[in-house]
Amino acid sequence: MSKQERAAGHFSINESLLFEEGSPGRRAFDLSPLDVPLKQMGALMDPELLRGEIDGMPELSEVDVIRHFTRLSTWNYHIDLGLYPLGSCTMKYNPKINERVARLEGFAFAHPYLPAQMIQGALEVQKTLEDCLAEISGMDAITLQPAAGAHGELTGILMVRAYHESRGNPRRSILIPDSAHGTNPASAAIAGYVVESVPSNKRGTIDIGALQKIVNHEVAAIMITNPNTLGIFESEIAEITELLHRQGALVYMDGANLNALMGMTRPGDFGIDVLHINLHKTFTTPHGGGGPGAGPVAVKKVLEPFLPYPVIESKTDGTYSFNYDRPHSIGRIKAYNGQFGMHVRALCYILANGAEGLKEVSEVAVLNANYIRSKLKSAYALAYDSASLHEVVFSDRLQARKDVHVWDIAKRLMDYGFHPPTVSFPLIVPGAIMIEPTESESRQELDAFVQAMLAIDTEAEQNPEIVKSAPHTTRVGRIDEAAAARRPILRWRAG
Amino acid sequence: MRYIPNSQADRQQMLAEIGVDSTEQLFAGIPEKLRLRRLLDLPKALSESELLEYFRKRASKNEIEPAAFIGAGIYRHYIPIVIDALISRSEFYTAYTPYQAEIAQGTLQAIFEFQTYIAQLTGMEVANASLYDGSTGLAEAILMAQRVTRKNKFLVARSVHPEYRAVVDTYAKNLGIQIELIGYAPDGRLNLEQLASKLDSNTAAVVVQSPNFFGTIERTHDVAEMAHKHDAMSITNVCEAISLGILKPAGEDQSEKRRADIVVGEAQSFGIPPSFGGPHVGFLATREKYVRQMPGRLVGMGKDFSGRRGFVLTLSTREQHIRREKATSNICTNQSLCALMATIYLAVVGPKGLREICEHNVFKTDYAVTQIRERTKFRVLFSAPRFNEFVIQNPLPLGEGRRAPSAPGEGFSSPGLPLWRFYPELGNARLLCVTEINSREQIDRMVQGLAS
Repeated sequence: MSKQERAAGHFSINESLLFEEGSPGRRAFDLSPLDVPLKQMGALMDPELLRGEIDGMPELSEVDVIRHFTRLSTWNYHIDLGLYPLGSCTMKYNPKINERVARLEGFAFAHPYLPAQMIQGALEVQKTLEDCLAEISGMDAITLQPAAGAHGELTGILMVRAYHESRGNPRRSILIPDSAHGTNPASAAIAGYVVESVPSNKRGTIDIGALQKIVNHEVAAIMITNPNTLGIFESEIAEITELLHRQGALVYMDGANLNALMGMTRPGDFGIDVLHINLHKTFTTPHGGGGPGAGPVAVKKVLEPFLPYPVIESKTDGTYSFNYDRPHSIGRIKAYNGQFGMHVRALCYILANGAEGLKEVSEVAVLNANYIRSKLKSAYALAYDSASLHEVVFSDRLQARKDVHVWDIAKRLMDYGFHPPTVSFPLIVPGAIMIEPTESESRQELDAFVQAMLAIDTEAEQNPEIVKSAPHTTRVGRIDEAAAARRPILRWRAG
Repeated sequence: MRYIPNSQADRQQMLAEIGVDSTEQLFAGIPEKLRLRRLLDLPKALSESELLEYFRKRASKNEIEPAAFIGAGIYRHYIPIVIDALISRSEFYTAYTPYQAEIAQGTLQAIFEFQTYIAQLTGMEVANASLYDGSTGLAEAILMAQRVTRKNKFLVARSVHPEYRAVVDTYAKNLGIQIELIGYAPDGRLNLEQLASKLDSNTAAVVVQSPNFFGTIERTHDVAEMAHKHDAMSITNVCEAISLGILKPAGEDQSEKRRADIVVGEAQSFGIPPSFGGPHVGFLATREKYVRQMPGRLVGMGKDFSGRRGFVLTLSTREQHIRREKATSNICTNQSLCALMATIYLAVVGPKGLREICEHNVFKTDYAVTQIRERTKFRVLFSAPRFNEFVIQNPLPLGEGRRAPSAPGEGFSSPGLPLWRFYPELGNARLLCVTEINSREQIDRMVQGLAS
């Protein structure tokens, strides 16, 4: 099969909105008969408290529902279909066993408000995951409460603030490199900090000279990503953390790219004080079309008193309990104790791999990225020459000469049967094409992707129009986003 | 490792094509002094069958008896099988956030349907694509109201879920927000006199939950009217989303003055298992005029350049990846798959099924209350109408009450959630929840337990 044939035409069934379907009297649901006395609702509460019909809510049969969502599902690209090279997103295979164990009734129906002796299994899973994450990251203590990466960032920065407040001054600003994820500055702002940008140098890493000039006693912390969003390891990280620590500031690490480091180096060993870990990236909990994720936060001892409450404690008799008595805690960041279903999946993945397996994950993730780099660097301009770890960033500079831009390349990839890479990010690379293949891809899959990218480059030379008007094979073409935003239609309405 | 396709031979060939000798060389960018030169100290790797055994063993140590009669923000309702069948499709659960609309129309249309359902149920004009959960949703609603009103004083009912209030405190404390609590009246509902005395022109919003933490149904429309008289916004929080099937929604009223400005809440009740507290799914609905101040993603309906209907993430200039520190929220990943579960649930139960479920909850709860009053020495607190939760008070002081079972399967002699941690003034009180899954026999047995 030639690689251009990877994507072929296939039927795609049209499907209306749920609200345009159905018919009065259809049912997909039956309740067991009522076994207590039937009453008049009006006798139990003032009729003014009750609602009328729900306007526009459809009546459907079970078959209607199954067909509707099955048809919708066929319009999605997904990791079980093929390579999903979104840089910084770590779209790796989600093992099926994870789904099975998270659905065990003893987990799915556990309630966090039952007495500790009745939730020992859940507490043990959470505590074991904490211990594993602490070892992998080289940190001292973990909270599993945050629901996603950005939520973890907020949690971490609030702990930074509590730490400084306990020493008399919350300080004023958070330093953030210009290559950082947008969530970093947004999270710092909610914690009440001013954000200052740190420039990158020509190697794509933090400009330590520029950093030296802006670090002072009003800096609460720096938020770094390592490897950074260019896939480059901050080789001066030890010097950077030392510089910040000398001024009494802390170092936060965005752990989005931990997939490059497992078993190779540990944030805790290069001076990081606090980091969040995206279980939905490195630890294979599924992305679910945009969540749920989970964003545990790992800290060094100095920040441990400030962890959100409750914390899980293991007792000498081998049992576990929640400890709410945490006077220095930043408080709660979420009701209950985090996205437990994701914790089960992540622990399952860690136990499936063990220490050697996780190291192998990072090795192959980095190998795969470098393979793509070596195959594409003649056709696409590398954003930076520095060595790549788990992802590689190109720019559209060469193609842009033919007026073919990064979005065109991305859309054209769909015609070849691939999800596009992350594009237009990081912001410091004009026309960025950020490719993270992960360890889940075989050499054949990588080769097919490389061939598609090379074919698009050739098209950009010979037939740029076909690239600029892509995609041609998808259910819908490019959506007019500007029009959609000008007069937003955010819900269905009758008529 | 079974999840990694490339064999050693593949890897060797790839290394040769890259032009290096070993993967070790690819890590040369990490300074040697920072390298970990030992294996991580982790439990040994398990085979798939060992993993199943490991997790089965731990799952069996949790009590999942529905006769625990425990709710308090996490509810046991029947979950139709259809939901798991559909969300187990890789097309849904292994897809990424739908930034590339052309190959994510399935997810996008489903979220658009979620937004529509939430708007219909809450009586609001628009709803977002989901938030992490009810507790963070309420915090986001308060931040949103601060942006809209540019005021900082919030009056929050003490009968709002205590952990939600704790989350609000954590979010709010560095943003100049002041929270003042409003107590509850003897009937279990918001103390309106106290609210009236604290409302003034500096008030940004009034926050009330209905049904509230005690299970009693608030007069949300009266509260909205009072808030609006002082140019404050009205925020209604909903922990038990099933109740939206029968209670008059806070966003709906003949008079505009009596409608809430934001309805925020938790939709776990729509087909999502308790899962020890998460993942669940938060929602936030509001008026169209506030849409540009909303947190979180929004899916809009649009057209492609040949005029075909399609769906796309929209108004993203509010969001962190564009606006960075000036974004309306830092949220990125949200709860898309759980929003899909809720959407499927609502499609399955339909308007009639949802109403019937609500009726069963109300009638069974009323039956349990009646039985406890008639057969036990426990007091049932609060006289206001209730949905599926209520508070009972043990005439014996704390510490002399009955104990919880010491092991799974032993049976509950103390149903529900003790309230001493959250409401010490209620003494030896417990919050009980009865839903459509609880049989009369279970209720009778629970009442008998309380009586003996």
